[in-house]
Amino acid sequence: METPSLSRSNGLVRDTPLTRPNISSKRNFPEIFFRFTLFLSGIVVLLLISAILLTLILNALPSIKAFGLEFLSSSTWDPVSGKFGSLAFIVGTLLTSFLALIISIPFSLAISIFLGEYYKKGGLPSTLGSTIELLSGIPSIIYGFWGLLILAPIVRAMEMKLGIVPYGVGIFTASIILAIMIIPYSASLGRDVINLVPSELKEGAYALGATRFEVIKKIVVPYARSGIIAGFLLSLGRALGETMAVTMVIGNANFFTLNIFSPANTMASIIANEFTEATGKLYLSSLIEIGLVLFLITAVINFTGKWIINRLDIRGSKK
Amino acid sequence: MKNLKFRIMIDKFFIILIAILTFAIIVPLFAILFYVVKQGVSVINWEFFVSLPAPIGVKGGGISNAIVGTLILIFLSAIISIPLGITAGIFLSEYNSSRLSNYVRLSTEILQGIPSIVMGIIAYIWIVKPIGRFSALSGAVALGIMMLPLVVKSTEENLRLIPQSLREASLALGVPYYRTILKVVLPASLSGILTGILIGIARVAGETAPLLFTAFGSPYMNVNILKPINSLPLLIFNYASSPYHEWQRIAWGASFVLIVFVLILSLMTKGLTRKWKTEF
Repeated sequence: METPSLSRSNGLVRDTPLTRPNISSKRNFPEIFFRFTLFLSGIVVLLLISAILLTLILNALPSIKAFGLEFLSSSTWDPVSGKFGSLAFIVGTLLTSFLALIISIPFSLAISIFLGEYYKKGGLPSTLGSTIELLSGIPSIIYGFWGLLILAPIVRAMEMKLGIVPYGVGIFTASIILAIMIIPYSASLGRDVINLVPSELKEGAYALGATRFEVIKKIVVPYARSGIIAGFLLSLGRALGETMAVTMVIGNANFFTLNIFSPANTMASIIANEFTEATGKLYLSSLIEIGLVLFLITAVINFTGKWIINRLDIRGSKK
Repeated sequence: MKNLKFRIMIDKFFIILIAILTFAIIVPLFAILFYVVKQGVSVINWEFFVSLPAPIGVKGGGISNAIVGTLILIFLSAIISIPLGITAGIFLSEYNSSRLSNYVRLSTEILQGIPSIVMGIIAYIWIVKPIGRFSALSGAVALGIMMLPLVVKSTEENLRLIPQSLREASLALGVPYYRTILKVVLPASLSGILTGILIGIARVAGETAPLLFTAFGSPYMNVNILKPINSLPLLIFNYASSPYHEWQRIAWGASFVLIVFVLILSLMTKGLTRKWKTEF
């Protein structure tokens, strides 16, 4: 068990728990048992994540052995002849997520500025805040259902006017749904970092005769830039892993496409659609490998975002 | 320097643009809520809550099995995640900077970022494959692991808010360390921890992806946790993508019930924070 070390504690930061010295051995048992339980649960969490990663890798092994790197570069998905390549789904995932991010940026940036700079307190911003919170609380299946029955027909009508093949469902529709779903995430983080901009900086700029727009453009946004970007990354991470809403509106077509109005499949939606029907070890293993790749991509995006946020915290505390 | 009038005009234009973009977010929210309420309310009646789904072609039918299934799944996943989550949270806040706790914290972050569909794969390999059939238990494992990081984080963060003086006071009275944590520190941060748990429940209640190949869904009433079970999101998914109008109607009704359920949970969260908040 860990003992408190004097060298590390400086009296301000609590490094180690306070312990009572010289406890009689009889009363010590629950004490030791309690600490043991705490350590054990920490270790269980650690084991859990290792087991998850190991399970994915082990079960993806047959497919990794059979296809190697070609799995990532080939877009042939042919369960009948047993040839699997995931490029079409990787591209589908990236296309929907980035398109969703691009659609969401103007809105989430506007909300961040509106709530972080223009209207910080009062009835209107708090109503708006709860509205946005509400939006993030709606289950993704309901977004998907709504997208399929209400949004897809609207997109179809639009496509007919534009003279494109009117599928209705497809990458574009999925991106709109995803954009609505991720706006709350980047907006709430953006609002927080814009709130943190020191007022001295802004007052300095006002004193020099800058208009509010100029202050926002030249002081507020540059100062909060990394936090805003972190918010975008975190919402991108969420968009990449989103399954149900996308599965329902993407149209489920297993071919490689760069046309945003065409039906496609994402990594999450191909797993959702075919996992229960997958016959044969290689088929299942390929789907699990897609899951592994998806997990790794999301983890990298999330970590970059969290890393930026942590750096911000350090800078904030030094001030 | 540009003309002052021009700059002021740009400034005015900018705030109008910001306001328009901000209020645009309300449009999809109301569009979704409007459709769910409009289509959902007409389906809702007593029979809808107490009867089983009807076969194709038969009018009526309800979602009783999905409601029971959702509650069972939530209950099981809470049992799986809450004890472990709270002890791991205490561990993180008590052994704040030990090397192990840094790894545990990292693991919690990774757990939180795992896409829900991948959690479904894991539960499939761990539970469904060995047992040989889809089961409520496997769905609850997937949901429980998804809930875990939320419980850990809220426990850790809330325990840290408790001032050191409170522990010192308790320890000075001769209370052993473990009792100080269990009887003084933990109760003081109870509202925060409960809030975290409710947020976790609200999150997993609407999850579909991890249940697709674990709980699987079932047209029958089932309370055996080793058999496939239905849940509200699964029922919505299966019925929404069907071509039968009657089934789509049921899906709207189920969506309405699910949204109301999630809303009540989030209102409870807010009420809890306001009412039980311990100030220091």
